[in-house]
Amino acid sequence: MPEITFLEAINSALKEEMRKDPNVFILGEDVGIFGGCFGVTQGLLDEFGPERVLDTPITETAIIGASVGAAAAGLRPVPEIMFMDFLGVCLDEVFNQAAKMRYMFGGKAKIPMTIRTACGAGLGAAAQHSQSLEAWIAHIPGLKVVMPSTPADAKGLLISSIRDDNPVVFIEHKMMYGISGSVPEGEYSIPLGKADIKREGKDATVVATAMMVHKALAAAETLAEEGIEIEVVDPRCLQPLDKETILHSVEKTGRLVVIHEAVKIGGVGGEIAAMVVEEGFDYLDAPIKRIGAPFTPIPFASNLENAYLPGEEDIVAAVKSLV
Amino acid sequence: MTLSKEKLLELYKKMITIRLFEEHAVELFANGEIPGFVHLYIGEEATAVGVTAILGDNDYIASTHRGHGHLIARGGDVKLMYAELLGRKTGYCKGKGGSMHIADMTLGFLGANGIVGAGPPLAAGAAFANKYRKDNGVAVCFFGDGASNRGTLHEALNLASIWKLPAVFICENNMYGISMNQEYHQNIKDVADRASAYGIPGISVDGNDLFAVFEAAEEAVKRARQGDGPTLIECKTYRWRGHFEGDPTVYRSEQEVETWKKKDPIPRVKKRLLDLGVLTEQEDQAVWDEIRKEIQAGIDFAKSSPLPDESELLEDVYCD
Ligand SMILES: Cc1ncc(C[n+]2csc(CCOP(=O)(O)OP(=O)(O)O)c2C)c(N)n1
Ligand SMILES: [Mg+2]
Repeated sequence: MPEITFLEAINSALKEEMRKDPNVFILGEDVGIFGGCFGVTQGLLDEFGPERVLDTPITETAIIGASVGAAAAGLRPVPEIMFMDFLGVCLDEVFNQAAKMRYMFGGKAKIPMTIRTACGAGLGAAAQHSQSLEAWIAHIPGLKVVMPSTPADAKGLLISSIRDDNPVVFIEHKMMYGISGSVPEGEYSIPLGKADIKREGKDATVVATAMMVHKALAAAETLAEEGIEIEVVDPRCLQPLDKETILHSVEKTGRLVVIHEAVKIGGVGGEIAAMVVEEGFDYLDAPIKRIGAPFTPIPFASNLENAYLPGEEDIVAAVKSLV
Repeated sequence: MTLSKEKLLELYKKMITIRLFEEHAVELFANGEIPGFVHLYIGEEATAVGVTAILGDNDYIASTHRGHGHLIARGGDVKLMYAELLGRKTGYCKGKGGSMHIADMTLGFLGANGIVGAGPPLAAGAAFANKYRKDNGVAVCFFGDGASNRGTLHEALNLASIWKLPAVFICENNMYGISMNQEYHQNIKDVADRASAYGIPGISVDGNDLFAVFEAAEEAVKRARQGDGPTLIECKTYRWRGHFEGDPTVYRSEQEVETWKKKDPIPRVKKRLLDLGVLTEQEDQAVWDEIRKEIQAGIDFAKSSPLPDESELLEDVYCD
């Protein structure tokens, strides 16, 4: 299997779907000539031309609003919101338009659009360019939320997102763009709503998303040296959530740690923990541990940003407190 | 023209301070000493300095991601600025904001901003506060040509126009929003044209001409203080550096950059000062040397400052 980066995986998913389906087009700020703020859309303008790769003005409200309209009218837009933080500019279009049209119209409309956006801290980009806001989106009925952690998942899930007839928010952690991994050869896709077990283990289940999957895998190595085997489950999709895989894992291990980079309070981790309590209480041999960022905006200074970010040691400590 | 000779010399020094501050920021960023993003103002100095020259104590400024020049022009302290850029405890924001969020409330400086187009409604609100308190203050909002397409500008212009707010909206048209040339991002040449949609004056000036900027700002601020409402001023200028440090600038030609470097705003002011007999070539050298020292002192201060303590992470989320 060829090794490519997370960024290249997303780029190739976009290219493959655009080659296959003439209704797919991309739009966003600096996605054309510039190839995207992080370089994700490089080469797309050359291959597909300005009719299908649209450099927009700085106009998030219209980028998403127009995508909803184009999707309702039968196209399959893949808009990019450069930083997830800027979703704040177009929340109405995401939450009230894209999410609700189908339901409000009694099932008579479909909005097949995939919003790609970059989340995450680690760049020193401070409070308005570093957030992980997936919980906001997962809270809105009508939206799907995808948050991959590997190149293979990113490619397969982006392809499924684009083909999905529902509005999907596809979240790319910006510190993962350079991460390499092997990707299946030829055409493939990964269904939305299927978790993946990134490492098997018997002593505790660690449910982790995006960058935290890598932290959990690192923690697994450290813990293994002490004879503790954790099972790392990556939901990959937060809406719909693959409850079955998570519950199954907890049934096996009896212990659960949930970790995400987003602020812990009100985060998706709370939802997962509550779901396991409701539906798998009998499997639990210990209380559930949640790990997330502290309840503060993201600081600029690198040492504060490092202190802010949850990481490997937090996972190791949480697991040890349970086993 | 109400600029005295002394005032003009002061403005000239501010322009040089901005230039040197930014040139050193280039170096610091290249050396990996500044995390995150830095957007530099080199080439646009006349705009910030010309506008802020007319401002007084009760006035506010809403700035942008490209905000170092606005703050220096307003009288910001380069020591605290460098310390913030380097993420130090002694910086303007205790190291919590960085380049994109530098603020100085004592100067009415409502912050740089990471969100393009966030400033105009904030400025409208500050202008409302001035009007509410009847303190004769005005609020100035800087924003880019790219930001001029955001709905926030239009909503703010409309609100400011119907409430006759003492606000001045300064579009820094440097011809690009990152890679997008103005020609591709809007169907007009003069952003000032948009003023007519709100029934307010709109004027385009050479943003590299300190005197033209000052005159336009003086008129607009006068109007605002008199209770006649907002003005939109477009300053045509150009950023010499990439959008952010590290930008490969594939979207513009070297030749275009060179053409604009010939319109450098600083020598134009120098020439006027020489003509007026306020400055000699020799004194000019001394001015630059003196500012270089001030800049170096700022960098030294920043580098020798402590990092914020980890215990500060959770401070300042709420007022106590
Ligand atoms: C709402 C929002 N959208 C996009 C961005 C990313 N971004 C940062 S600066 C910039 C270009 C701004 O162009 P302009 O307003 O002309 O200001 P300039 O950089 O030219 O000074 C963009 C798109 C952002 N910070 N905020
Ligand atoms: Mg611009």
